[in-house]
Amino acid sequence: MVVALLLVLVVVGTVVFHFMSPWWWTPIASNWGYVDDTIIVTFWVTGAVFIAVGLFMAYCVWRYRHRKGRQAAYEPENTKLEVWLTVLTTVGVAAMLTPGLFVWDQFVSVPEEATEVEAVGQQWQWTFRLPGADGVLGTVDTRNINDDNPFGLNPDDANGQDDVLIDSSELHLALDRPVKVLLRSIDVLHDFYVPEFRAKMDMVPGMITYFWLTPTRTGTFDILCFELCGTGHYAMRGQVVVAEESAYEAWLKEQSTFAELSAKAGNGTGEAVKLVLGEGKADSVERDSAQ
Amino acid sequence: MAYFVPTNADDMPPAEVAEMELYHPKSWVTKYVFCQDAKVIAIQYSFTAIAIGLVALVLSWLMRLQLGFPDSFDFIDPTDYYQLITMHGMIMVIYLLTALFLGGFGNYLIPLMVGARDMVFPYVNMLSYWIYLLAVLVLVASWFVPGGPTGAGWTLYPPQAILSGTPGADGGIVLMLISLALFIIGFTMGGLNYVVTVLQARTRGMTLMRLPLTVWGIFVATVLALLAFPALFVGAVMMLFDRLLGTSFFMPTIVEFGEQLQYGGGSPILFQHLFWFFGHPEVYIVALPAFGIVSDLLSVHARRNIFGYRMMVWAIVVIGALSFIVWAHHMYVSGMNPYFGFFFATTTLIIAVPTALKVYNWVLTLWKGNIHLTIPMLFAMAFIITFVNGGITGLFLGNAVVDVPLSDTMFVVAHFHMVMGVAPILVIFGAIYHWYPLMTGRMLDQAMGQFHFWVTFLGAYTIFLPLHYLGFLGVPRRYFEMGETTFIPDSAQTLNAFVTVVALIVGFAQVVFIYNLIRSASKGKPAGHNPWRATTLEWQTPEVPPGHGNFGEALPNVYRWAYDYSVPGAEQDFLPQNLAPDQAPAAGGREDLSGAAPEPAE
Repeated sequence: MVVALLLVLVVVGTVVFHFMSPWWWTPIASNWGYVDDTIIVTFWVTGAVFIAVGLFMAYCVWRYRHRKGRQAAYEPENTKLEVWLTVLTTVGVAAMLTPGLFVWDQFVSVPEEATEVEAVGQQWQWTFRLPGADGVLGTVDTRNINDDNPFGLNPDDANGQDDVLIDSSELHLALDRPVKVLLRSIDVLHDFYVPEFRAKMDMVPGMITYFWLTPTRTGTFDILCFELCGTGHYAMRGQVVVAEESAYEAWLKEQSTFAELSAKAGNGTGEAVKLVLGEGKADSVERDSAQ
Repeated sequence: MAYFVPTNADDMPPAEVAEMELYHPKSWVTKYVFCQDAKVIAIQYSFTAIAIGLVALVLSWLMRLQLGFPDSFDFIDPTDYYQLITMHGMIMVIYLLTALFLGGFGNYLIPLMVGARDMVFPYVNMLSYWIYLLAVLVLVASWFVPGGPTGAGWTLYPPQAILSGTPGADGGIVLMLISLALFIIGFTMGGLNYVVTVLQARTRGMTLMRLPLTVWGIFVATVLALLAFPALFVGAVMMLFDRLLGTSFFMPTIVEFGEQLQYGGGSPILFQHLFWFFGHPEVYIVALPAFGIVSDLLSVHARRNIFGYRMMVWAIVVIGALSFIVWAHHMYVSGMNPYFGFFFATTTLIIAVPTALKVYNWVLTLWKGNIHLTIPMLFAMAFIITFVNGGITGLFLGNAVVDVPLSDTMFVVAHFHMVMGVAPILVIFGAIYHWYPLMTGRMLDQAMGQFHFWVTFLGAYTIFLPLHYLGFLGVPRRYFEMGETTFIPDSAQTLNAFVTVVALIVGFAQVVFIYNLIRSASKGKPAGHNPWRATTLEWQTPEVPPGHGNFGEALPNVYRWAYDYSVPGAEQDFLPQNLAPDQAPAAGGREDLSGAAPEPAE
C-alpha cells in the first residue's frame, strides 16, 4: 500500500514539478520558436507514456501484492496486445519525429537573403568578421595568423580588404534580418551559443561550420562556449547586441576594416589588434572613402 | 510447439560434446588469486570495479561541492574540476558499469545459468581480469604524473585533449589512452569467453529460447562489446600517435596561444565518429545486461513468468543491432554534414520502439502477478520508473533539431545520469540483494536494505529531475562556475546547492550498503537453498555457495523454459528448469515444498 502510494507520489510529483518549476526556457529572441513547439509535442507524447506506465505500475503493486492464497496468472504472451502496443508506440514516435525532421530541414537550409557573419573562436575569446561593403568575406588561412593579422586573412584576396574586423567579444546584429553565422576556430573545438537564439553549432578547426537565425527581439544577450575547450572554457564569454536597423548601421560605421587596420600596423603606430585574454577593442578609425 | 511447454525426459536429446576438463587448483594461490574458476574471477572483477567506482563517487562529491558552493572551496580550481569530471565519467562508464555487468555478473551467472561447469576458456578468462586490474592501475597512475590526469572530459575530444590548454596533456592523456587500450584487450578476452560459453557450453535441453533473460542481456551486450570496442581502440592509438609521434590523424592546422603548431590536415570529427561508433553501443553494453537482469528479478519476485519472453529476446537483439546505426545522434551539432541528421534522428527514434515494448512487458509482468515487495523487487520497480524517465529524455535529444538548444546543457547530464547512472545502478543493487544469498549463503540485512533503497531511489531521482530544467534554461555542462550571466536567475544557484546536499546524503546511504555487504557475510541470516524459490539453474546447485564445477557429479538436464512460475495445476508456485515433467508434483493443494527456505521478508 505504502509502496504503491509512493510510486504515485513520484509520478504526480514529477508532473507537479514540471508545471511549477521556475526553471524553464529563457525567453526566445529568434525565429526558432518551432524548436520550442517540437519540444512541447514531445512533452505531450512522452509525458502521457510516463504517467501511464508509472500509475499502471502503482496500480499493479497495490492490486496484485502478495496475500496468502494468491496465485499469479500464467500467460507467457499475448500477441494481440503486443502488436497493438507496437502500433501505438510507432504512431507516438512518428508524431514526434515528423515535426522534428521538418524543423531540422529548415535549420539546415539557409534562406537566400541571409547575410553572412563570421564568428572566430579561440582559447578563450570570441572575435568576429563581417563581409564589408562588397558583401563577400575574404579567404582566410590559419597559417596567415600573426600579431599583425590575427584573423589570418589572405592579404592577396581583394574581397578581404573591406572585411570589418571586430576584435572584441561583442557582436551586433540587426533586428529581423536573417543572418548566416559562419563559425571558425583557430585552435580547438568550441561552440557558439546564445540560449535565447536556440541555435548553435560547434566550431571545428580546419573547417567552416554554420547555423542561421533571424533575431526577433532587441537586447543584449550572453554568448557562451558550449564545447569543452580547456581550463578557460567556462570563462569564454561574449555578448550579442541585437539592435534596430539604424542603431546597427551606426555601430557598423564605427568598426574598422582589414585594410584600415593593416595600414595602421604598417605605420608602426603600435600593434593594430592585440590578442589578449578578455576584451580588447579595435581602435575606432575614420573610414577612408574608396578602398 | 509453444516454447513454454516442457520436454519429456524420453525426448531429451543426447549430449553433443564431452564434458570439459576443468583445471583443479592445488594451492592457495591458484585457488584464490590466480584462479581460473569464473566465480572467483567474477568476485575479483566485482571488488575491483566497486572499489574504483567508490573513488569515482567521491570525485562526484567534490564536483558537486564546487557546483553547489562555487566560492567556498578554494582547493578546487578549474584544472582540478576538469580532471574530476573526466575521471568520474570514464571510471563510472567503463571501469565500473561495463566491468561489473560483464566481468562481474557475466562471469558468475553465465556458466551457472546455462548449466556449464565454467567458462570455455578459463585460462584466458583469468588473464582478462589481471589485464583489467592493470588497466585500472595505469588509470590511477595518472594522478601521480606531472600535470595530473587528463581534464578533456570522458569524451577526450581532440585537438584539445592533447594540447596545453587542457589539463593532463603531458602525461595524463597518454596514461588514459594506454589504460583504455589495456581494458579493451582484457575485455576482448573475457568477451570471447562469455559469447562462446553461451553458444557452445549450454547443458542438455538448454536451448537458446530457454535461457533466462539475464543471459540474453549479457550475451548480446558482449557481442556489441566485441564489435564496438575496436573503434575506440583505433581512435585511442591514433590519438596516441598524434600526441607522441606528431602525426595529424585528428589535428588540423592550429595556432595555439599565438604559436603555429606543426600539425595539419587532420580531422577532429573523425575522432568523434570513431568514439561514438563505440560510445553508443557502449551505453547499450551497460543497459542490456540491466534489462535482462531486471526481467528476472521481476519474474522471481512477482512469481510470474516474464510477459512476452519471445518478444523480450527479439527486442534485446534488435536493440543491439540498431545500436550500431544511431551513433551520430551525439554529433548533431558537431559540424558534420547536416544531412546526416535526418538519418540518425530517424534510426534513434526507431530504437525507441523495441525499448518501449520491453518497458510495457516489464509492467505487464507485474499485472496479475503475486508481488512480493522484497528489496530486489523494490529496486526493479525503481528501475522501471527511472529508466522510463531517462529513456524519454533521450527522445528529446534524439530528435535532431530539439538537440540543438539542449546539447551540452545540464539536460544532457541529467538524461545520461538518469538512464545510465541511476537506472542500471538500481538494477545492480537489486541484483546484489538477489544473488548475495547464493554467493555467500546468507541474506543481506533487510532494515539496512530498506533504508538504502528508499534513500537511493528517491534521492537520486530528486538529484537529477531538476537538472533537466536547468538545461532548458540554458545552463551549460562542464562549467567550473557560471559567474555572471544575464539570463540565469539566482534560484538556479540555490537549486545547485540543494542538489549537492541531496547528493551527499545519497552518498552516505552507499556507505551503509557497503557496511551491510561486509557485515552480512558473517552475520547475515542463513539463507539456505534457493530462498527466493527461483527456477533458474544457478539456484539448483548441490552446494551453496556453488562449489568448483558448479553442479557436482552430473550436469543438470533442462526440461523447461526459465519462467515456470505459478503454473496452473502445479503443487508449488515454481518449477525449476531441471525438474522433469514426470517429477513435477501435480494437482492437489498449493503447498510450498521448499519448507527449509525462509519466507522472504516483505
